[in-house]
Amino acid sequence: MRVRLRRRRAVPEERKSRSHRQLIWRQFKRHRPALVGFSILIFMYTAILFAGFVAPNDPTKRFSGRRYCPPQKVHFFDAEGRFHFWPFVYRVSGELNRTTYQYDYVEDTSEPHPIRLFVRGAEYKLFGLFTTNVHLFGVAEDISYLPLGSDQLGRCLLSRIVFGSRISLTIGFMGTFISLFVGLVLGGVSGYYGGLTDTIIQRFTEIVRSIPTIPLWMALSAALPQEWSTVATFFALVAILSLLSWTNLARVVRGKFISLREEDFVMAAKAYGASEPRIIAFHMVPNFMSYVLVSLTLSIPAMILGETALSFLGIGLRPPVISWGVLLQQAQSFQTVALYPWLLVPSLFVVIAVLAFNIVGDGLRDAADPHSIRR
Amino acid sequence: MATYLAGRVIYAIVAIFIISVISFILIQAPPGDYLTAQVTRLQGSGLKLDEAQLENLKAQYGLDKPLHVQYFRWVGQMFRGNFGYSFYYRFSVVYLLAAYMPFTIILALITLAFIYIVSIPIGIISAVKQYSVLDYVFTILGFIGLAIPNFVLALVVMYFFYKTFGISIGGLFSREYVDAAWSLAKFGDLVRHLWAPVIVVGVAGTAGIIRVIRATMLDELGRDYMQVARAKGLSEFKLIMKYPVRVALNPILSTIGWQLPNIIGYFVIAGIVLNLPIIGPVLLNALTAQDMYLAGAIILLLSVMTVIGTIVSDIFLAMADPRIRYY
Repeated sequence: MRVRLRRRRAVPEERKSRSHRQLIWRQFKRHRPALVGFSILIFMYTAILFAGFVAPNDPTKRFSGRRYCPPQKVHFFDAEGRFHFWPFVYRVSGELNRTTYQYDYVEDTSEPHPIRLFVRGAEYKLFGLFTTNVHLFGVAEDISYLPLGSDQLGRCLLSRIVFGSRISLTIGFMGTFISLFVGLVLGGVSGYYGGLTDTIIQRFTEIVRSIPTIPLWMALSAALPQEWSTVATFFALVAILSLLSWTNLARVVRGKFISLREEDFVMAAKAYGASEPRIIAFHMVPNFMSYVLVSLTLSIPAMILGETALSFLGIGLRPPVISWGVLLQQAQSFQTVALYPWLLVPSLFVVIAVLAFNIVGDGLRDAADPHSIRR
Repeated sequence: MATYLAGRVIYAIVAIFIISVISFILIQAPPGDYLTAQVTRLQGSGLKLDEAQLENLKAQYGLDKPLHVQYFRWVGQMFRGNFGYSFYYRFSVVYLLAAYMPFTIILALITLAFIYIVSIPIGIISAVKQYSVLDYVFTILGFIGLAIPNFVLALVVMYFFYKTFGISIGGLFSREYVDAAWSLAKFGDLVRHLWAPVIVVGVAGTAGIIRVIRATMLDELGRDYMQVARAKGLSEFKLIMKYPVRVALNPILSTIGWQLPNIIGYFVIAGIVLNLPIIGPVLLNALTAQDMYLAGAIILLLSVMTVIGTIVSDIFLAMADPRIRYY
């Protein structure tokens, strides 16, 4: 067994305080998995901006005769065995099976339809401003292409996943802002003033934490009135999901405030007559922002999973809204999954997004903590 | 220690009081109650409801009183062992709790045991053999375990078994044993059904604990006392088990108390997919049907379990780690 010595980063103290952010970024870049996760997230969030463009179809369009259509196969070789440079699909038509009452789908192999980039399809509004009909990929207008199959009503699953990501991926971000605000204020007040204020806030936080998360989430979201508009439900759900992470954040912030309160530079600022808000905003907050960032990055995936679970149970977002959880609602029982396994595909996107956030959060934590051993 | 204990107990009582208020607010929050919902349903179906009868019902359940009166009635009844009546199930809440809680707690305990038995050795191995193939495999598996929503895992496990073996693994008993009296065969059947929910719910918890143990172990492995002990000729196995492992178990001890209610929480979703006779699905039904006494009792019970669990954890930790200061 080798004796492992603790390696510390040899960074001069004065440089650390000058360019903390660059330092974190430099350290972060060395964490290969975190960079991969970061790229995935950038890709996913860019796709949100261009949802209409990325999605091959209109997510609300019901393709007639295509209920529960399995993912359409992509071919390189046609029926005669010839190779095609452009991947292509065949026209698919469904026929109702009189014994099982399921649709059987067959490919019409007479004519290959190549998949092309930048094809014209259903009209949509880019950024809600420009009306256009150019899609990233698809086939000629006269046949419908469902890359990941369709749902119960014959709607394109891939398009719905792309549009669902708009809700599922932003819900974590918005919830994070709420918990950032509450956590900073409560944690800051608690840590800065100490004494009785601290005790009361700490006890309150502890009590909130002792209500088990999932039942609490369920009780709150079941309490949302059914007749609320989708926007109101969305924001209410954001608030509910942020209930968990503000307590974590408040704890981190409080701890940092307590340790920074006694630091020389805070004393110096005080002696100089700097006002309290100034000390907090310019001297203390920048010092622990990296920890806050880590805590936030790690709280987003919990919120994504929360939305998915609540919507799956039918007490989160409800159908006219498209989110990953709402899409998974269709896969309620394993009998449905056994018949239409592709309905579980949205969960793959959930896993990828959550995984990416967790890995990025891990990388950030290693980068943000100057005392951590490089792992 | 005695003052510390007394302080914790007093705090717990205050906490439980506040939580009971929060639970009450939670179940009162939805506009209307089960009775009014029922009345609209009846009116919708064209049936006429006697106004006087309605007032009677309201008076019987105290629904016409102001909120704080309702709250004290609710709590007061609870002290007499009366948790109210479930409108939805048409049973007393106590009866339902007695019917569902034992299985819920047994299942949660088994899952907890599974989590610790699997995660503690893996966490230790991952840290001691850092950067080894095993470490990478467990780290990757752990990340994936944290990322899969447990209802999806439940669906996938059920789907897999259905496809490969053609059997349905939902529930806790096969159909022929559900109403059968307890026997060895019934017990065997239970064991055959248990592992699926245990794994489905245990995976995320296992992944979390592996990470905690690995991180604490890595911090401890680099400390000077390790080199001192090594220099003194202590065998590597003894050395690791005696010092860093004991430190690494502290964060586990400090959370052991509220793991159980948490796991019961996770079982809500998995329980619905796996069709388990536990409290989770009952809570969901109660919440969606605005069956307030039942929902309130379950939430309060789980929260009280958490508060008590936290105290138990604190005591464990105080006993295990002499460095912990009492305050």
